[in-house]
Amino acid sequence: MMNSRRIIFSAVLCATLARCEFLSAAQNDSPQNDNQSAMRTSNQHDKPSRTAGADSSREEGERVFAVHCARCHNAPESFSPRIAGTITRHMRVRANLSPDEERAVLEFFNP
Amino acid sequence: MRHFGPVLLFLYLLGLGGKASAQNTPLLSGGVAFVTNTTGGNTTYIPLIQPLAAVPLGDHLLVESRAGLLELFTPSSSGYQHSHFTALTYLQGDYIATRHLTVVGGSFLLPFGTYNERLTPVWIGNFQDESLAEPIGQMGTGVGLGGQVRGSIFSDAHSSFSYAAWFSARSGNLQFNSERSSGGRASVYLPGQRLELGASYGRLLQGSHENFGGAHLWWQTKDAGFRLRSETMRGEHAYGYWFEADYRPIRDGSGQVSFVRRFEPLLRMQQTFRIDNAASDGVPARNTQRADFGLDYNLPHNARILTSYSRQFSPGGDVNVWETGIVYRFLLPAWKGR
Repeated sequence: MMNSRRIIFSAVLCATLARCEFLSAAQNDSPQNDNQSAMRTSNQHDKPSRTAGADSSREEGERVFAVHCARCHNAPESFSPRIAGTITRHMRVRANLSPDEERAVLEFFNP
Repeated sequence: MRHFGPVLLFLYLLGLGGKASAQNTPLLSGGVAFVTNTTGGNTTYIPLIQPLAAVPLGDHLLVESRAGLLELFTPSSSGYQHSHFTALTYLQGDYIATRHLTVVGGSFLLPFGTYNERLTPVWIGNFQDESLAEPIGQMGTGVGLGGQVRGSIFSDAHSSFSYAAWFSARSGNLQFNSERSSGGRASVYLPGQRLELGASYGRLLQGSHENFGGAHLWWQTKDAGFRLRSETMRGEHAYGYWFEADYRPIRDGSGQVSFVRRFEPLLRMQQTFRIDNAASDGVPARNTQRADFGLDYNLPHNARILTSYSRQFSPGGDVNVWETGIVYRFLLPAWKGR
């Protein structure tokens, strides 16, 4: 009884793995749906007129994310830009970010 | 009905948050998981949901809450029995008062050590279960009901210093169960070395009036995915430590993650030591050592598979612990918009 449950559970895990790999491959083949990471999503929205200062701010945001946020968790693969401000405010409280760091992360999420 | 009071309050706040600016839409996040634990040959199945909501109000206020809903299927003499558990983990309001001060009120996770605040979400923790020594300093529930001040005293490219201090009242409320306590945590972070050092102190202000102390060290490599987390804590009845190392998948230059890089090997070592058994604090009754070996797999679309094997050594008997699970993390705006 116990072995059969383990086998069923293992089968479900394998099926999920295969399904997600298939979906990932299909998504990667489609450039229009390529939003593998918050960082990449942000990059796709770059405007040609971006200034060097804004780029610098975004790089600072990427650095802040790497040293403060990624200490605890991996970055979510994508999220709506409409909640970028809410996420950074939550992270400001949870990770004790300074106001400058909060602004930099917001710029990184949603330039 | 009283169980739904906090939920109704939060839904009301969600409504208030509807007037937020374009990037400050209230969010719903959390994790959905199905995990199994086999200890000494007995397997427990646990489907669970940990929803989290965050609602910004104005420019300085954030209301956030997390809950846990799980069903526990445990073996019994007649097959399996099941029980369910539903509770708010925390419900707090955060007021960003100044550059260096945030005031937190409500029911909050105690900022003692690092595990309770940082690693308890099911979509973050590398192992399904907490360390054996984790109950030390958590005042029974790991949650305080009262106030907290926290923030960053200074932060630049070379170092940053942060703090948190709390006071909690005693509460026997089902959803906001807490002990009368106070304490805090201070930590310094060196970005160049990616090294964090910190210390925690807590005092139980009722009953035995016990003191707790703790220290933590976290380190990660600059250009690789290696992370080391460690923590030690001491109370008047027990003490212990744990350290955990993991190697995360790193994106290659194209931003993609290959099949192999999605694997995440883990190692955790932990020990607890009993001074006496005068308190029922959740720490093993005898000195215990445990080694955990894990291998997680980071699926696309914010899903993870967690697996681990542990060998636990104790005078009461050695046991094997096998754990498997799959976790999906969701993160979305609370409602549709333009």
